[in-house]
Amino acid sequence: MQVPVKITINGQDQSAELDPRTLLVDFIRETAGLTGTNIGCDTSQCGSCTVHLDGLAVKSCTVLAVQADGSDVTTIEGLAEDGQLHPMQQAFWDEHGLQCGFCTPGMIMAATKLVEGDPAISEEAIRHGLEGNMCRCTGYQNIVNAVKAAAAVG
Amino acid sequence: MSKYIGASVKRVEDPRFVQGKGSYVANLHRPGMASVAVLRSPHAHARVLAVDTAEAEALDGVIAVFTGQQLVDGGVGHMPCGWQVPDIQVPERWPVVPVGDAVRHVGDSVAVVVAENAYVAEDALQLIDVEYEELPVSLDARATTSDEAAQLHANCPNNTSYAWALGDEEAKDAAFAAAAHVVELDLVNQRLIPNAMEPRACAAQWDAAMEEMTVWTTSQNPHPIRLLLAAFTLGIPENKLRVISPDVGGGFGSKIFHYPEEVIVPWVAREVNRPIKWVASRTESFMTDSQGRDHVTNVRMAIEEDGTITGLHVQTWADQGAYLSTFAPLIPTALYITLLSGLYKIPGIWGEMWGTLTNTVPVDAYRGAGRPEASYLLERIMELGAAKVGMDPIEFRRKNLIQKEDFPYQTPVAFQYDSGDYVALFDTLEELSDYAGLKEERERKRAKGKLWGIGLSGCIEASGPAPSAVAGSLGSAVGFWESGSVRVHPSGKVSVFTGSHSHGQGHETTFAQVVADELNIDIGDVEVIHGDTGRVPFGMGTYGSRSAAVGGSALVRSAEKIREKMIRIAAHQMEADPDDVEFNDETGQIQVKGAPDTGMGFGDVAFAAYTAHNIPGDIEPGLEESAFYDPANFTFPNSAHLAVVSIDRDTGEITLEKYFAVDDVGNVINPMIVNGQLVGGVIQGVGQALWEHGIYDEQGQLVTGSMMDYAMPRADAFPAIETDRIETPSPHNPLGVKGAGEMGTIAATVTVANAVVDALGIEHMEMPLTAEKVWHAIQSSNGH
Repeated sequence: MQVPVKITINGQDQSAELDPRTLLVDFIRETAGLTGTNIGCDTSQCGSCTVHLDGLAVKSCTVLAVQADGSDVTTIEGLAEDGQLHPMQQAFWDEHGLQCGFCTPGMIMAATKLVEGDPAISEEAIRHGLEGNMCRCTGYQNIVNAVKAAAAVG
Repeated sequence: MSKYIGASVKRVEDPRFVQGKGSYVANLHRPGMASVAVLRSPHAHARVLAVDTAEAEALDGVIAVFTGQQLVDGGVGHMPCGWQVPDIQVPERWPVVPVGDAVRHVGDSVAVVVAENAYVAEDALQLIDVEYEELPVSLDARATTSDEAAQLHANCPNNTSYAWALGDEEAKDAAFAAAAHVVELDLVNQRLIPNAMEPRACAAQWDAAMEEMTVWTTSQNPHPIRLLLAAFTLGIPENKLRVISPDVGGGFGSKIFHYPEEVIVPWVAREVNRPIKWVASRTESFMTDSQGRDHVTNVRMAIEEDGTITGLHVQTWADQGAYLSTFAPLIPTALYITLLSGLYKIPGIWGEMWGTLTNTVPVDAYRGAGRPEASYLLERIMELGAAKVGMDPIEFRRKNLIQKEDFPYQTPVAFQYDSGDYVALFDTLEELSDYAGLKEERERKRAKGKLWGIGLSGCIEASGPAPSAVAGSLGSAVGFWESGSVRVHPSGKVSVFTGSHSHGQGHETTFAQVVADELNIDIGDVEVIHGDTGRVPFGMGTYGSRSAAVGGSALVRSAEKIREKMIRIAAHQMEADPDDVEFNDETGQIQVKGAPDTGMGFGDVAFAAYTAHNIPGDIEPGLEESAFYDPANFTFPNSAHLAVVSIDRDTGEITLEKYFAVDDVGNVINPMIVNGQLVGGVIQGVGQALWEHGIYDEQGQLVTGSMMDYAMPRADAFPAIETDRIETPSPHNPLGVKGAGEMGTIAATVTVANAVVDALGIEHMEMPLTAEKVWHAIQSSNGH
């Protein structure tokens, strides 16, 4: 059985007839061809696949594409505007908030939602807010610094 | 000139990563690409009696199903072991187990499905019917050597593949005979699972017309993988085989090794003549990526009345898992027993070990690889020694430190240390951490009934292996030099080719800094290329914290040759003696010494080299140089770390309150990157101390088989790590650098373990130091 699904990703409509079990992350990566959203685990633990679904940060490996039918999705590719890095992207670069880069898209997507409306967010709140996103390289310290810096920029 | 070396240059690779443009293998797409999935054994030990693939083959969307026998009949060879110590027995290992042979760990491969997409391939796995005869299992590193244990391989009696020993046994015996004090500890360095965030992946495309195979793989070292594929497993000659490791999402050792899927995927691609991709699920990563550590050890230390250490005796049973992974025997031998001297003068060291086999995932290098195991036992028993002689832990260490004037220092366990100032290391640590103040604070906390502890360590690492001839004498099948090429284009832009591989280390930035400084050009004019056997000269890849010391040195050598040639060309054009021509650090011009207005631009000289209209008659046109740099020795980074922990008496929960790290990694090319490596390493080391443990149940099932069950460090568990450095340049390479990638991990595990033990007032507790274990210790009144 195939079902029709239409999802707006980064402002563009993406339509397909899908196996209903198709995960949102596979729709994003395979159907829309946006491979910036990575898959790091099978159990919703690592957060590498975090995207924005109708304004919320979600782990796209734990959402069926059919659940997102009619929704608006923003992925890491949709964050920069007019060739300008989003402040969170810029801060990760400035603060050396990444090494291998694999967790980075999910980390940035989670962080942008975490700091929304909270320019003075505390280090503790950042660490707590990002505990659902794993990084094996950085030890988180520079990620925390980056998120703090980006929050202040707004 | 050092315009870039020593500066925290922002990473040139980051814009693509922060925008989701990384070129990871899983992102690769080719028209007509099909998916491979691998059927994994659910049993830890069983004979494969029959494999029925008919139903799977009939499933819509399935292209083909292959058994191990078909791969063997199709010319696939055994997985090789690239490190063979004397008298080793290497067990046979097929990429896919054929009928009649046995699966030997949960996750061993049994059959292969090729399908139109990954969903169908997974469905088809469920339809393969395998008949197994279950066999008894053996799971413990030491107990597996008993006569009663289930045997894994006919050629390895008592499940022992090899034995190895190093040091001075007579001096050890004399030390213990004369010792005023002997302290002893039995300890386990538990099994770890590396868990790079990017799961392993492999893709392949066969060009039938040219009979050429391209393989993309998540490897830290694509050239050695190509060599092993050509010589042992796949049989396609090296000149018809291109291996590409593009952006790789972390490795930590686990992506050094040659894996069965790297054989399966190209073999299948040729067989079905379609581009093929395989991407591991995290579950597959848990049961097929090489794992780390897993030592069972007895250690004894002999000490004189005044606190002088005279002897150390270590016996270790190192679990190698079900088969020998590519470099497995290196880790608990030449990267472990050789480190037992630590930062100290210990005349009588004798280390013995046995490499054993169990029904578990193969064990090989994981960040630190042998060196954390050595540091762990040494810095644990140092605490027992200090307590025995009644000295402060730092004073006891200071009493035994190798002194600055002792370098180069020859240990009794083969290594000759290059440089260091271990006294300054501890001075800096005491100052950074306010050690005296911390000790007072501890008294105040304890007076109030708090469980509060200070732990410290002084650790040594051997990084940047090794002189190739020495590696060969120790059992290596390969050399450990590195290649580096510098190509100056006619326009003056520069491409740099390194045989090392970046999977998070930032080589595209660091190596650009090195070459830009050597050639006196803008860093923006330098591009670093790595990870593609089709573009880069043969290189050995990245592991053992070798890239800057060995790979960076190769680039220095190449750039020096470029400079020399450019000076000769410029001198010729300016009708000057080459000895009178120099690079002007300020202007970037190549000029007659002391005469800035005579100069030629870098690009002008490059163009002249390519037009060859007017160059010296005895040099060739063009401007490209290579070097294969074989290091004179390892480098020996060293560290002094200190951790402060508090423990909740009611729950056993440990809080890491403070962490201080002082490291000597020699000269530093990019402080920002080095600090990132150190801090990241520390957190990974803390993971082993407090949470991480690969656990198998009595049937050999991996209980910690997902990220829900295997506890990884998360952001909310840490304070900010405070770091400082001292720099004693290594004399063993032109950059004066030492490895920086593993020191944090080597030091942090034992540092935190010592702090917890100190807080509880006990002698020892096996890692991971979970709240449950700590709570039980408190309940049994062992706590303060």
